[in-house]
Amino acid sequence: MTAVSERQQLAYIASQAADMRVNVELETEGMTLNIGPQHPATHGTLRIIVKLDGEQVVAADPVPGYMHRGYEKLSEVRTYPQVTTLINRIDWLGSFANEVPFILAAERLMEVEAPPRAQWIRTILFELSRIANVALFLGDMAVQLGAVTPVFYAFRDREYVLNLIESATGGRFHPNFDRIGGLKDDLPKGWIAETNQVMQKVQAFCDELDALLLGNEIFNVRTRGIGVVPAEVAQSYGLSGANLRASGVDWDHRRDTPCGLVYDKLDWKVWTHPDGDSYARYWVRLQEVREAAKMVVQLCDGLPPGPIMAKVPRIIKVPAGEAWAVTENPLGEMGYYIVSKGDLVPDRVKIRSASFNNISIVPWLLRGVYVPDVISILASLYFILGDIDR
Amino acid sequence: MSRLSSTDTDSPESDAPVDTARTALLEALAGEFGDAVLGTHLDPGRDVWARVHTDAWEAVGRFLRDGLDCRYFCYLSAVDWLPSPFGRSMDSDVDNLLEGVGAKEPEPMTHGVTGGDTRFQLIARVYSIAAHLGVHLKVDVPDDTHTIASWTRVYGGANWHERETFEMFGITFDGHPSLRKLYLPGDFEGFPLRKDFPLVSRLVKPWPGIVDVEGMPGVADDEGGDPS
Repeated sequence: MTAVSERQQLAYIASQAADMRVNVELETEGMTLNIGPQHPATHGTLRIIVKLDGEQVVAADPVPGYMHRGYEKLSEVRTYPQVTTLINRIDWLGSFANEVPFILAAERLMEVEAPPRAQWIRTILFELSRIANVALFLGDMAVQLGAVTPVFYAFRDREYVLNLIESATGGRFHPNFDRIGGLKDDLPKGWIAETNQVMQKVQAFCDELDALLLGNEIFNVRTRGIGVVPAEVAQSYGLSGANLRASGVDWDHRRDTPCGLVYDKLDWKVWTHPDGDSYARYWVRLQEVREAAKMVVQLCDGLPPGPIMAKVPRIIKVPAGEAWAVTENPLGEMGYYIVSKGDLVPDRVKIRSASFNNISIVPWLLRGVYVPDVISILASLYFILGDIDR
Repeated sequence: MSRLSSTDTDSPESDAPVDTARTALLEALAGEFGDAVLGTHLDPGRDVWARVHTDAWEAVGRFLRDGLDCRYFCYLSAVDWLPSPFGRSMDSDVDNLLEGVGAKEPEPMTHGVTGGDTRFQLIARVYSIAAHLGVHLKVDVPDDTHTIASWTRVYGGANWHERETFEMFGITFDGHPSLRKLYLPGDFEGFPLRKDFPLVSRLVKPWPGIVDVEGMPGVADDEGGDPS
């Protein structure tokens, strides 16, 4: 950890020196480079304006907003069940996980609680979303560092998981399956057995990537000690999910914030890593996919019988009040603050998405790093543009 | 109000109605700031709100970070309490039957938990990771200036959140290092999340009414049909 921090510190000092050099002594100008809006390394349309001195970044300024869709405004003219259609598209790789905190917040205002079976199925689908989402990261990060094979494994195994989500909900990417008070439907026949098989494949996929990448010389050089985020800074910027845990902060809403999911009934572990670098972020996410696969197997074993829907009125009017519900989504902490005035539509929905905070650290983090490391850092922070722009 | 909980779940009263940790947090805030804490609200076992005076905003942030160990910055945003001058944008025949035509009339301005005196309120959330405790802070934004102290010197993450609040609500943050638009193009006029900013698409194409109400699973709406 110390050596790693020193390296970051040296890079920072060098960047300060570079700044001086550019402006005063040599009277040369730094180069301004636009990364994006269309760039393979940005997973969408994030534009980052970096000012370079040679190979070193002097200043970085991300420009989000190319995909801003105004969901907070649009939610104000839609009924609660209609809002889930929108918020499915925030983090489009783990869509079901977006719906859950919104539904939980609305349920909290209505004083409704989903029956146990619905809570278990929610948790299963939530963790499947996590696997589908993070599996892609595990391959994608490698491809950005020049290893092409893992991304094909990732797409292959994500497909199994998406098939499961599709057969349970009817939607591969946007299930829109969660309802206030429960779920739209029960699981189809034979789904549990299939899921158990797929989870074995997911575990095998994780082992494969572990063997392919974590010991790989190039991968280690490109990620170890790169983009170090100390725990204190991570907290101050509100980093969440694996980015926070990779900085050694032991914090996971699945364990620490009681919500309407059944994580307290499962045997699992929150992984942290002390280094805070790109490698740590990759490593933590890899462990999280393993844990998620373990959880899904346990959930399938213990799935209780019973109804999947509580008694709620046909037309949903949410009593006046304010509620905040938060879950640990694949990308990190996702929360909704709902202000209701007792109407069919919410009065204000604040969407706290993980990537927004995770990327707001970029100007701080990229100062002083070298251009190739920009790619490694951005890839390891792992953002989805829809989750930044909302 | 009757609770609509399903029959086979435990009553949520298993949460102790006395929430010592959150009460202690409120007491610490009140002890430090006295009258500057204008209102509090406690939802036992779940959440806690405190509304503080505008002038104390930055000091409250510092006290939370240093005094109460709330070093994790979650988010910062604003609420516009003005009732929408465009009604509910939901005036199809179906909804008028349901709600009455009068539902279009704007109601008087009301405030949520912990009350309020102004049209705009900031709302922020911070956590103490060690204590597993989060707190919602609210603060009134003066109606004449729409200006309030920035939290960027306290929490680094407030930078982008304040930029977003600035462009969406037109609230200025005093002391912010670079208060410019985050999402919107530089020449965009207006503040989209204000209630008096019209959502043009909804004005052009009116609300179709609640036409997609679906039946409950497991409850046969029409006889003989299994909804699954």
